[in-house]
Amino acid sequence: MLAEIGHFALILALLVAAAQAVLPMLGAARGDAALMAFGRSAAGLQALLISIAFAALMILFGQADFSVALVANHSALSQPLPYRLAATWGNHEGSMLLWVLVLAIYGAGIARFGDNLRATLQARILAIQAMISVAFLAFALFTSNPFARLSPAPLDGAELNPLLQDPGLVFHPPLLYLGYVGFSVTFSFAVAALMEGRADPAWARWMRPWVLAAWVPLTCGITLGSFWAYYELGWGGWWFWDPVENASFMPWLLGTALLHSAIVTEKRGALAGWTILLAILAFSLSLIGTFLVRSGILTSVHAFAVDPERGVFILAMIIGATGTALGLFAMRAPQMKSGALFGSVSRESGLTINNLILMALTAVVFLGTFYPVIMEAVNPANKISVGPPYYNLVFAPLSVPLLLLVTVGPMLAWKRDDAGTVGRKLLVPAAFAVALFAGLSLWLGLDKASSAFGLALGAWLILGAGLVLARRWWGAGGFSWRLVRTTPAATVGLALAHAGIGVTTAGISAMSGFAAEKILVMRPGETAEAGPLAVTMLGAEEVDGPNYRALRARFAVRQGGGESSLVSERRLYSVSGNQTTEAGIGVSIAGNQYVAIGDVQSDARGQGLVVRIYWHPLVGWIWFGGLLMAMGGAASLADRRFRIGAPQVRAPLARGLVPAE
Amino acid sequence: MKRLIFILPIIAFAGLAAFLGFGLTQDPKELPSQLIDRPLPEFALPGIADEPGGGPGLSSASFRGEPRLLNVWASWCAACPQEHPVLERIAAEGFPVYGIAWKDKPEDSRAFLARYGNPYAGMGSDFPGRTAIDLGVTGAPETFVVDRHGRVRFKQIGPISPEVWEQQIRPLMQQLRAEA
Repeated sequence: MLAEIGHFALILALLVAAAQAVLPMLGAARGDAALMAFGRSAAGLQALLISIAFAALMILFGQADFSVALVANHSALSQPLPYRLAATWGNHEGSMLLWVLVLAIYGAGIARFGDNLRATLQARILAIQAMISVAFLAFALFTSNPFARLSPAPLDGAELNPLLQDPGLVFHPPLLYLGYVGFSVTFSFAVAALMEGRADPAWARWMRPWVLAAWVPLTCGITLGSFWAYYELGWGGWWFWDPVENASFMPWLLGTALLHSAIVTEKRGALAGWTILLAILAFSLSLIGTFLVRSGILTSVHAFAVDPERGVFILAMIIGATGTALGLFAMRAPQMKSGALFGSVSRESGLTINNLILMALTAVVFLGTFYPVIMEAVNPANKISVGPPYYNLVFAPLSVPLLLLVTVGPMLAWKRDDAGTVGRKLLVPAAFAVALFAGLSLWLGLDKASSAFGLALGAWLILGAGLVLARRWWGAGGFSWRLVRTTPAATVGLALAHAGIGVTTAGISAMSGFAAEKILVMRPGETAEAGPLAVTMLGAEEVDGPNYRALRARFAVRQGGGESSLVSERRLYSVSGNQTTEAGIGVSIAGNQYVAIGDVQSDARGQGLVVRIYWHPLVGWIWFGGLLMAMGGAASLADRRFRIGAPQVRAPLARGLVPAE
Repeated sequence: MKRLIFILPIIAFAGLAAFLGFGLTQDPKELPSQLIDRPLPEFALPGIADEPGGGPGLSSASFRGEPRLLNVWASWCAACPQEHPVLERIAAEGFPVYGIAWKDKPEDSRAFLARYGNPYAGMGSDFPGRTAIDLGVTGAPETFVVDRHGRVRFKQIGPISPEVWEQQIRPLMQQLRAEA
């Protein structure tokens, strides 16, 4: 019964969305307030209906109702309840339902919090949101119905992939979806602006909180995903340039560019064309990301629904959305005013360079991800993938100028500045970073110069972020609490986010220059050394978990003067026969000690366990930096300037006329 | 000129869409096996019997003289019980099936065969998983068709369903038998 209620709610939502896609658009064209108001009610109703469907599916998973095919295929009775619930979105059909749920919630958000939006703009945005909704709801209902029944119902279900039975899964996909789908709002803003032929500062100000609302969860989601891969997949790395990782990283890069170019559009009325293009591309790359995972075009650990029919549907959706938007862009954007002029040394030009580099970085990742598809089109016998060497070679050199610029940007004045003034402001952090680079290079040796440079770059970024706050807090009369209290939340957000990049940069540099690893066969009592670590295997035994058997090995780890103990497990899930590795990780600010066991193997001295030992200096900084960036975004989102009405640009009244009110 | 810049994104996108459309027509599951038409890699595996050394075992040298099937399986593999009746049927139809128990303790393998029946003409134990690496095994079960000269002629990834047996593998086996 519950499954039918959910299915029915989903069908109703599709009908509501279809009406919402047409009527408000008509209303905006004719200036009909009632039709435009219908968009707002429909958006709320749609969100309610999809919430009912999602709740129904979640309850079905909670009750372990195996007469529903999806539940039977993705959860088993032996699975703990939280993971049975998380399995709701740990599969293709359920995750599509989550996608439309998030889409509908954003739509309801525009309807609810968009009071100060121009009525026609709001109506058009809601209609475009609904068009995306219609496409995805139809996709869910016609190609991947989550409520399909299974007859006869099995006594127990097939297990969820054990890799996904982890707290990481509970939060990672929903956060990414909040990000991906959040860019649908900015996409709708951009297309609506093209339809109205108007992208003014007020438009950019309305859009900016929505960019942040997508960017913050996306940042969290990517950070969490990287962390999850590190401790769950047992590969000891934090980023693999896997196609699906890239699929989330590309919208992030473009979203970051969009965040910055929207500031220029809001403050100075310039770069409107860029802002619109970035908004269209950010969402398009989110769609292409979905396409990658669902279509099986690229083989990857993440690909969980390989089905060409679904791929065709999503490709049609991408062509419809992106093709139409870019077509509109080609037609309308040249006629839009391109705003104020600015000097070659100015905040505007700094942000333009930021945009150009971020676009180039996106192109690098894009090429690396799609090169295999294109090569295969040229020669079908070619099944290749582009590895980390490509990215290290191309991505790193391109990102260095961008990172150098991050500290310079906030020091630049709007309109026009001169290099000498900016240079004097940056003297202290620049001197410190250069001294740090020189000192580290001498101390560690010249072969570590690139890592020393990375660490100095991190310091440059963190100091630059500090400088932003310091210049705000120290007025003409010295440090003042009043200035601290009146600092806008957006300024604090800027400093946090830029410092976060610095922290992440330092972590990446330390990892790439000073990580140590050793893989060997060990027996109890033996000791191995890797970098600063000395690891002794204490013993190994078999243990039973709730739905798995495991081989558990205990280790003692000595580093410097301290000693700690670590445990690693190799789990075998009995229902599905899948194996996973739980690494033992000793965490500290200076770095992580990482021990993971593999198979039983023999070497020259007899049988033992394969053991991988890693020393990962500053690795935690990579994720802490990501968290700081997200916190910075959240702080900016809390800025009260977003909540008070946007400045209305009025046509100046002719001399001698008086407003009627 | 300025107009052209604004048209550029949609032109680039059209090109990309064409490539993506083409990509959809390709099947990522069709992994080319390096071993097709190559000799079976050399191996000599112990058996799974309850005696020192595990009994007779299985070696690559024995794949000569007549076409055979080599099935890589394990007691922990979820699809193997599902494939098992098909293997029994293949053996009953007179086609020899040999097995490699992959990353499986011999006592677990024995328990599995005691429970479901033993269609295998010979069995080797690959507990360390080294032979499976040489064979390029990506998961269990996988089945190789080996001809009378010891060359691999076909590789089935995943369980053999009755349809796959009737439509693909049995005709191939009959053809290999007919080859002089």
